[in-house]
Amino acid sequence: MLDIPVTTGPALPGAADGKPTRATTSHLRRLEAESIHILRETAAEFRKPVMLYSIGKDSSVLLHLAMKAFHPGKPPFPLMHIDTTWKFREMIAFRDMRARELGLDLIIHTNNAGLSQGIDPFTHGSARYTDVMKTQALRQALDLHGFDAAIGGARRDEEKSRAKERVFSHRSTAHRWDPKNQRPELWSLYNTLLAPGESMRVFPLSNWTELDIWDYILLEDIPIVPLYLAASRPVVERDGALIMVDDERMPLRPNEEPRWRSVRFRTLGCYPLTGATSSTAVTLPEIVREMMASRTSERQGRMIDRDSPASMERKKAEGYF
Amino acid sequence: MSYHEAPTIAASDAPRLDQNDRPTLRFVTCGSVDDGKSTLVGRLLYDSKTLLDDQLDALASESRTAGTTGGDLDFALLVDGLQAEREQGITIDVAYRFFATKLRRFIVADTPGHAQYTRNMATGASNADLAVVLVDARKGVITQTRRHSHILSLLGIRHVVLAVNKMDLIGFDGDRFAAITAEYLTLAGQLGISQVQCIPVVAPDGDNIVAASARMPWYTGPTVTAYLESVDVEGDVSQRPFRLPVQWVNRPHADFRGFCGRIASGTIRAGDAVAVQPSGRQTRVARILTPGGERDRATAGESITLTLADEVDVSRGDVLSAGSAPQISDQLAAHLVWFDDEAMAAGRRYVLKCGTASTGAVISTLKHRIAIDTMAEESAATLDANEIGHVHLSLDRPLVFEAYRDDRDMGSFILIDPISHRTAAAGMIDISLCRATNIHRHRLAVDKSVRARLKQQRPCVLWFTGLSGAGKSTIADLVDRRLAELGRHAALLDGDNLRHGINRDLGFSSAERMENVRRVAEIAALFVDAGMIALVALISPFRNERALARQRVEAGEFIEIHVATPLAECERRDPKGLYRKARAGELPGFTGIDDPYEAPQAPEITIDTSELSSEAACERIIGYLRDNHYL
Repeated sequence: MLDIPVTTGPALPGAADGKPTRATTSHLRRLEAESIHILRETAAEFRKPVMLYSIGKDSSVLLHLAMKAFHPGKPPFPLMHIDTTWKFREMIAFRDMRARELGLDLIIHTNNAGLSQGIDPFTHGSARYTDVMKTQALRQALDLHGFDAAIGGARRDEEKSRAKERVFSHRSTAHRWDPKNQRPELWSLYNTLLAPGESMRVFPLSNWTELDIWDYILLEDIPIVPLYLAASRPVVERDGALIMVDDERMPLRPNEEPRWRSVRFRTLGCYPLTGATSSTAVTLPEIVREMMASRTSERQGRMIDRDSPASMERKKAEGYF
Repeated sequence: MSYHEAPTIAASDAPRLDQNDRPTLRFVTCGSVDDGKSTLVGRLLYDSKTLLDDQLDALASESRTAGTTGGDLDFALLVDGLQAEREQGITIDVAYRFFATKLRRFIVADTPGHAQYTRNMATGASNADLAVVLVDARKGVITQTRRHSHILSLLGIRHVVLAVNKMDLIGFDGDRFAAITAEYLTLAGQLGISQVQCIPVVAPDGDNIVAASARMPWYTGPTVTAYLESVDVEGDVSQRPFRLPVQWVNRPHADFRGFCGRIASGTIRAGDAVAVQPSGRQTRVARILTPGGERDRATAGESITLTLADEVDVSRGDVLSAGSAPQISDQLAAHLVWFDDEAMAAGRRYVLKCGTASTGAVISTLKHRIAIDTMAEESAATLDANEIGHVHLSLDRPLVFEAYRDDRDMGSFILIDPISHRTAAAGMIDISLCRATNIHRHRLAVDKSVRARLKQQRPCVLWFTGLSGAGKSTIADLVDRRLAELGRHAALLDGDNLRHGINRDLGFSSAERMENVRRVAEIAALFVDAGMIALVALISPFRNERALARQRVEAGEFIEIHVATPLAECERRDPKGLYRKARAGELPGFTGIDDPYEAPQAPEITIDTSELSSEAACERIIGYLRDNHYL
């Protein structure tokens, strides 16, 4: 077992000297105001909302905005994490610490049926694994608790089919998204009416870009999982990606030998499916500088998008977040 | 041409925004099918160097397999996101794109040109500061151009860039460009679009997109990018009177009561006098909490929390105002863009959402339809999807608003179909129809609390809902008798009986059934005002109608009782023989058979008479009234 200490809290390395250099503050404040408006609409209009907390940088921003929206109270909804059991260990430690620090309700849901069938990303392939342990798990959890609105951190700049999704995105009783039959969204007016069993996915960060997220994390000193910062980590090169060997469950192929390299992650998910990038950026300002010079998009590190063309659109229609 | 010719970006070259504080520009693109909108947007993304290597690789490979440009980069593929669209070769929905140049950030809504998708254009325009209208240089200003420009003007867009595309196909003819420009300026003048910039472009090649075109030396104006970077679209919304639609009341503990919302217009300072609308009660701002902490001032666009100096009644849907009073009325004149495939029905009830307020609304009159191509006013009985009309609306309760032309946030609304829940229309308020709107209701000296004390009860509505034959009337009748025995004052409103009297003019169409429920809710509210307990026994199948009935009285005064006898049991009893008729097809639209019943999600009381006798049900309700201090 590898022993990686979790560091977090306000004193994030590098944040102290970081002033937003790129986005103007007023630009971020406008995004902030819009997101807070969306969060309050969700709280006011739904019977039982929940915030999906995936522990990544977008979730960190979302949680930070929720704390602001309802200050001095707490957000009037619980957090929920769909745990595939294959997340980086540092993510889990960070998740539990944040929930404890902020005194929030945290629901953790795992698809136990999938677990007992032994579904894992190595033997079943990323498509089937993602379907069972993420998409089906999320549906199970929403049904189990009877949530009628699920707040997520997706952004429209992430991917083409997301660019067309609404801020308040309707789901049928079977949790399906119908991209051809979306409710029009005008001004800041959201049609939140639901029939029994239907639900809404709500995306307060729709109009943020990846750079906005980093600029805001820097501006507000928001705690993030240390995996976003470069450190020496054991990785293998597999199918053109750098995969971190986070625990002993990862079966190594012949000729694969974990090597310690200085890497960081642009997105976080299940460790066997998340590619690292070589980097020496150990502070947030350095990450932002690297990103400005970057020639690849953040989803490149995600193995699931590459399964087939239009794969994300199909996953979304089936209920993937 | 290949993407490898694109210059590599050095870090110092990448979009950078710290030089000035120019606000993000939100714009919408519109034009006909094949005018090249998606190509233009794709080109803007490409030229702004927002695209990254993996996206460019994907574009290059998709251009070869799915492109319409013979293997050259097909910029439209960057924008046409959904698989179905790619197959059809047209954009069918609104897509939002983000890009930045050195001087400004942009959010662009790419909208369809197909006639039946006018609603998407209105959607894109509703949040835009500016529109880029594309025309094909070979065709010039066509019907679609007029239609789109009209929608833009209705939605309050004052800035338009007319991009005359495909100039290469008319041999870069400057005279033809001048003729198209002149024709469009005439149209814009008629529509009140005050700022127009016409630019000749060739979107696939990039002429006059970022760099000036060497092929059109006769054009000396700005490129599309240069114009978008420099245009000033700021309105004066922060100079207008203060308006805060209340979204959420924040009450984390007994010592804090904050009113949250995003400021629609104006500026507020701690200590300022404010009024709670529509009640008109006056108080002062005590504290202003912003996302950045407590401050002494906040302005339009900010999401804030206010605390007030006095304990006044404020809830979601109210508006806190300072300075001149906003308009308040339950009768409005407005323009509608009809969205739903189901045509507009005058007299039918919709849910109207304006700011944070929701209320029932009936379109009382369709004054005229607007022929969008000629802008002529035509008489019409209805509006179909993608048609625009001028209507009068009658609301269930007074709305606090401003004219749309003065304030987009306070003057816009949507209408929602209460049954399908589809967004049926978008509306822009012109005026209040009742000039005497600022008359506040006469405050009566003897109010319901005085009357209720006389009767030693808390007035309320007991609303029995459930399928036909569930046992609503039977239980309500028992409760009524029991209350009389206890010396309490109640009145029973039975759906069937009311149809012999006040509702005898109503049939069973969905509009008439909704009106039936509305009248009963109004009568029940009058009884509550009189200090009485009103018992209502009505199938009332739609959750939304019951919600509207609930809104007619104050919080805690509405007790929803779901008589949840299963359908099979109701049908077995069939006391009036109605199920038999419905099954035989003699009663079309019968609730539970071929019309839905939406069960309450959180009723105060649920009763299943297949498990509980009517007497036991009655006692449970009386117990509830006692436990909650109604008796």
